[in-house]
Amino acid sequence: MTGATGEVWGVWLHAVAREATPISVAGIGGAAVEVVRAAGLCAFVSRAVAGDDDAAVLRERLEDPSWLGRAAFEHHRVVEAVAAAGPVVPASLATVYHDESGLAAALERHRGELAAALDRVAGRTEWGVKAYERADAPAGSGAAPAATGGGPGLAYLNRRRAELSARDRRHQEAADAAAAVHDRLSHRAVAAALHPPQDRRVSGEPDPMVLNGAYLVDDERTEDFEREVRALARGQAALRLRLTGPWPPYSFVPALAAAPHAQGDRQA
Amino acid sequence: MTSDASPALRSREVSLVDLLDRVLSAGVVIAGDITIAIADVDLVRISLRALVASASTVLGVADEERPPAIAATRRPAIGGGAEQATIAADRQWAGDERR
Repeated sequence: MTGATGEVWGVWLHAVAREATPISVAGIGGAAVEVVRAAGLCAFVSRAVAGDDDAAVLRERLEDPSWLGRAAFEHHRVVEAVAAAGPVVPASLATVYHDESGLAAALERHRGELAAALDRVAGRTEWGVKAYERADAPAGSGAAPAATGGGPGLAYLNRRRAELSARDRRHQEAADAAAAVHDRLSHRAVAAALHPPQDRRVSGEPDPMVLNGAYLVDDERTEDFEREVRALARGQAALRLRLTGPWPPYSFVPALAAAPHAQGDRQA
Repeated sequence: MTSDASPALRSREVSLVDLLDRVLSAGVVIAGDITIAIADVDLVRISLRALVASASTVLGVADEERPPAIAATRRPAIGGGAEQATIAADRQWAGDERR
């Protein structure tokens, strides 16, 4: 599709649902959200400039962090609006087709997976739980032995060794505790996924993240899940927990994108 | 949790980093480049370093639009005084807190 100025436009997929619920929010760059019907499904899309055949314009924009950030929010806003009306399969960011027929073909191709995913996420919500190692955690069981005798040099070395092993113990305890938290929460959820822990420079947190989990929870068990998170948090000497959500089920749906490597390790 | 807020309002409350975790299937990994899948087109690689470097710009935009009624906590992030907005629905507990 070519615009008046010679720009080539693509079809940016936000989400797939069964019903064409009217939604009031705008899509990418403020473009109107439209519905494309195929394979008995409704795809919510907006038009975005893609550029020439290799999507050069879109590529360039995606490399601009402020554009990417804005697009992520715009995309999310549409996904949330669709999710508010019923089960939804959110598309990964920048799932873009040349035209409607390309999208329709993809929906046909993935019809079975999409239908199964819509069934799986119906009446369920994604929650995120992150755990950070507590810097103020006690140094772990078995306090370091006090250095005795041997002069100041040896005393320093002993103290240094004790500090290092205390830190190792704390890391280990945090990792073990995080694994236990994930295990407990996974039992409260119908599905669980692990995202890579965010680097401190990204999370903005002073403490290292040791768990970045996503949990698909039955809506009627939301309170149980929250209570479980709170209870787990109270029992932790080594961890600080943070709950985020509710999220559309981003972490529990198949990708429509033609990137076979991107999906294999998503669900834990 | 602001369950009575409109979806549009809620959207601005999420932190960009948490959102990117979810909408970029490859995940957020500081050490490398992110691969963005563009269906039927190609793969685009962007440098997360660039993203991180200007996170304050991105989040600043989202933050300005935030209605005053919604709590926004700002805290130092990512070196050079960058700021990060966090979610109102983002609750945090440590072991010694009573809730």
